[in-house]
Amino acid sequence: MTICNACRYCEGYCAVFPAMEQRRVFTKADLTYLANLCFDCRDCYYACQYAPPHEFGVNIPKLMSELRADTYREFTCPAILSGLFKRNALAVTVITVTAIVIILALVLSFQGSDVLFATHLGEATFYRVVPFVAMTAPPSLIALYGFAIFFVGAVRFWRETQGPITALVDPSALWRATQDAFGLAYLKGGGAGCNYPAENFSRSRMWYHHLVFYGFLFDFAATTVAAFYDHFLGWQAPYPYLSAPVILGTLGGVGLLIGSVGLLYLKWRSDRDPANSSMLNMDMAFLVLLFVTSLTGLLLLALRETPAMGTLLVIHLGVVAGLFITLPYGKFVHVVYRYAALVRYAVEQRQAETNS
Amino acid sequence: MVELTEPIDVLVVGGGNAALCAAITARRAGARVLLLETASKDLRGGNSRHTRDIRYMHRAATEFVTGAYGEEEFWQDLYSVTGGATDEALARLTIRESETLADWMAANGMRAQKPLRGTLHLARSNLFMLGGGKAMMNAYYDTAAKLGVQVHYETEVRELKIHDDQFVSAVAVSAEAPRVIEAKTIVVAAGGFEANIAWLKEYWGDAADNFVIRGTPHNQGRLLKELLNHGAKPVGDPRGCHAVALDARAPKFDGGIVTRLDSVPFGIVVNKEVKRFYDEGEDFWPKRYAIWGRLIAEQPGQIAYSIIDSKALPHFMPSVFPPVEAASIPEVAMALGIEPRALGAVIDEFNRSVNGGRFDPGTLDDCRTEGLEPQKSHWAQPIETPPFYGYPLRAGITFTYLGVTVDEHAQVVMRDERPAKNIFAAGEMMAGNILGKGYLAGFGLTIGSVFGRISGREAARCAGF
Repeated sequence: MTICNACRYCEGYCAVFPAMEQRRVFTKADLTYLANLCFDCRDCYYACQYAPPHEFGVNIPKLMSELRADTYREFTCPAILSGLFKRNALAVTVITVTAIVIILALVLSFQGSDVLFATHLGEATFYRVVPFVAMTAPPSLIALYGFAIFFVGAVRFWRETQGPITALVDPSALWRATQDAFGLAYLKGGGAGCNYPAENFSRSRMWYHHLVFYGFLFDFAATTVAAFYDHFLGWQAPYPYLSAPVILGTLGGVGLLIGSVGLLYLKWRSDRDPANSSMLNMDMAFLVLLFVTSLTGLLLLALRETPAMGTLLVIHLGVVAGLFITLPYGKFVHVVYRYAALVRYAVEQRQAETNS
Repeated sequence: MVELTEPIDVLVVGGGNAALCAAITARRAGARVLLLETASKDLRGGNSRHTRDIRYMHRAATEFVTGAYGEEEFWQDLYSVTGGATDEALARLTIRESETLADWMAANGMRAQKPLRGTLHLARSNLFMLGGGKAMMNAYYDTAAKLGVQVHYETEVRELKIHDDQFVSAVAVSAEAPRVIEAKTIVVAAGGFEANIAWLKEYWGDAADNFVIRGTPHNQGRLLKELLNHGAKPVGDPRGCHAVALDARAPKFDGGIVTRLDSVPFGIVVNKEVKRFYDEGEDFWPKRYAIWGRLIAEQPGQIAYSIIDSKALPHFMPSVFPPVEAASIPEVAMALGIEPRALGAVIDEFNRSVNGGRFDPGTLDDCRTEGLEPQKSHWAQPIETPPFYGYPLRAGITFTYLGVTVDEHAQVVMRDERPAKNIFAAGEMMAGNILGKGYLAGFGLTIGSVFGRISGREAARCAGF
């Protein structure tokens, strides 16, 4: 990175380089911060006059993704579970399949196979297969657990990178970082797009990521609205096709479906030279899980008045359980650290502007 | 090598900025273009892959430059660095034609960025490429491929067949297999000879063994020599080369920008015999930048040592290699491999002669030595605040000045003053017509881009387009 600091040609690509130039020596904390600012567009790799086969062998995207993988492992808790990041695809698969099997076993032993394979019509059909308490209590606990882990990770990250506490009450920095995050500003790669999947510039990664990001938010919104209907209005799922939860959920599901397939395709085609294999493994696992979640969700919607409903519901709930259990131990955590790094960057750049 | 299925109108030899500008322009005119690059795809682009910014004429500020830069000012800047070693007609042509460059470059895929931090002196006159020269070359290669220019990598042209000032064919070697390539016209844009140590030795003797070459190892000057042997009229001082002070630990070739070092004015510089040899505080960058390479090249062993103390550290851009650091001057000397007591004596004498003026790195301040030979005329402060630092320095060759004479059509001029019929040259190998000596930041790319376009256009026209 002293090479980058003496060269500086890539300053206009992203936030990493301006942040790098404010330092002459790099502590481990600095590296953690810079790595989480990097969003792996690889523009700097293809532009680098010192990239392999040059003897300096500069490969910033690869280095950064290795460091990010370290961040995810180090800042999670409990420490014993950090190993889940290492062979992430395997871990995710095992956990998800286990979840499906457990739910299936519970349904069969408590409800029986008649219920599972029957055609259910009318109101509250889902709860006939999986009772209300069983469907809502464990997910709530899992979600709460996930948020707790994210919170711990964010605090550790902030402390480790010596972020000032005052920044957390700095509305303009938070606003700037939020804008950058929601617009996925840096995925534009200084205007040209990312060098993704390979050496030519493309904005496809940005669009697919938008689909996944907003797809995820829409589904989250759908769940929230559904929970509101259920708790406060007493309306029970399944909801009509034109109701808010179903429309939001369908839009989100379709977005996730297209976005995750698109990103999987780009990853599949991507140049491996600037990549880190454990990060790639993590990316693939998360994308596949998102894809399966939205696929089973949409199938469940389409076939909810057929005998397949029960089986699909079990599978979908299992996959969702797998997704949420592994949420703090997979690629999703990039949301936490990346947002924290963007806040840190917004604060730092404003200080630099005030000083100069 | 891919077999050529159709006859070639314009053969472009070289793979840097000038070559790509020529190939793209000729192809857009309708010609069938074949471009031969010696380097592999990963290391393509000649010295252009190390560039950063381009000087161009413009009438107003834009998003990327801070103000206007007109023809007269441009011409005066060029005139002053060359001391008149320029062809005014070609120089003014270059300047005027540079006005359309920013748009042309953008249209061919180049992306600009705001001037980098620490380059304020160039922010008005020069346009910075996002990601630097390699990113620009990637864009040009991409554009060329989309237009249908054929590009062969790892293909070196060894010989040109020229009869009666007319190009007939070239012998190109790829994977050790030579083959003859015929074309209606040729654009030679294959760079200078700065990487050819044997050739440099003709002028510099064994000293050339200790030079560092900042750019591509492929600039062997083979095509330059070939054209001169076929009777092209030379231009520029054959001994001349642009040399800067580099960190001596730089790689022999292709170190680019990160090995340069500008610690000189903030301390003292001694040679291998631990003697100072020049006024370290004479002038600002870029004048300083332009002379120190040659000064070092003239020292015994072609090496020198910059010694500073901790006060100096914040005042210059770091090189890629950390300095030697020690708590005392003798320890720095030992780490650098020079005589410790002698260095101690030189620094004591220097410190005693410092007049104690007011230090200001932004101006030619009044901190100088008195009674010391050679004098340090500005920024002289005692070297006394530990830790102390040392950098070994060598001469880094950026480019050579020797080239072939061209006319305003980029046509190569022969010794009898007549232009060769279908031979055009662009880039470093004809830059000596315009920049006969000295250095003007970002101007090599200007000449390469302007004459690349002219040569592409004229070669296509000569081939019937």
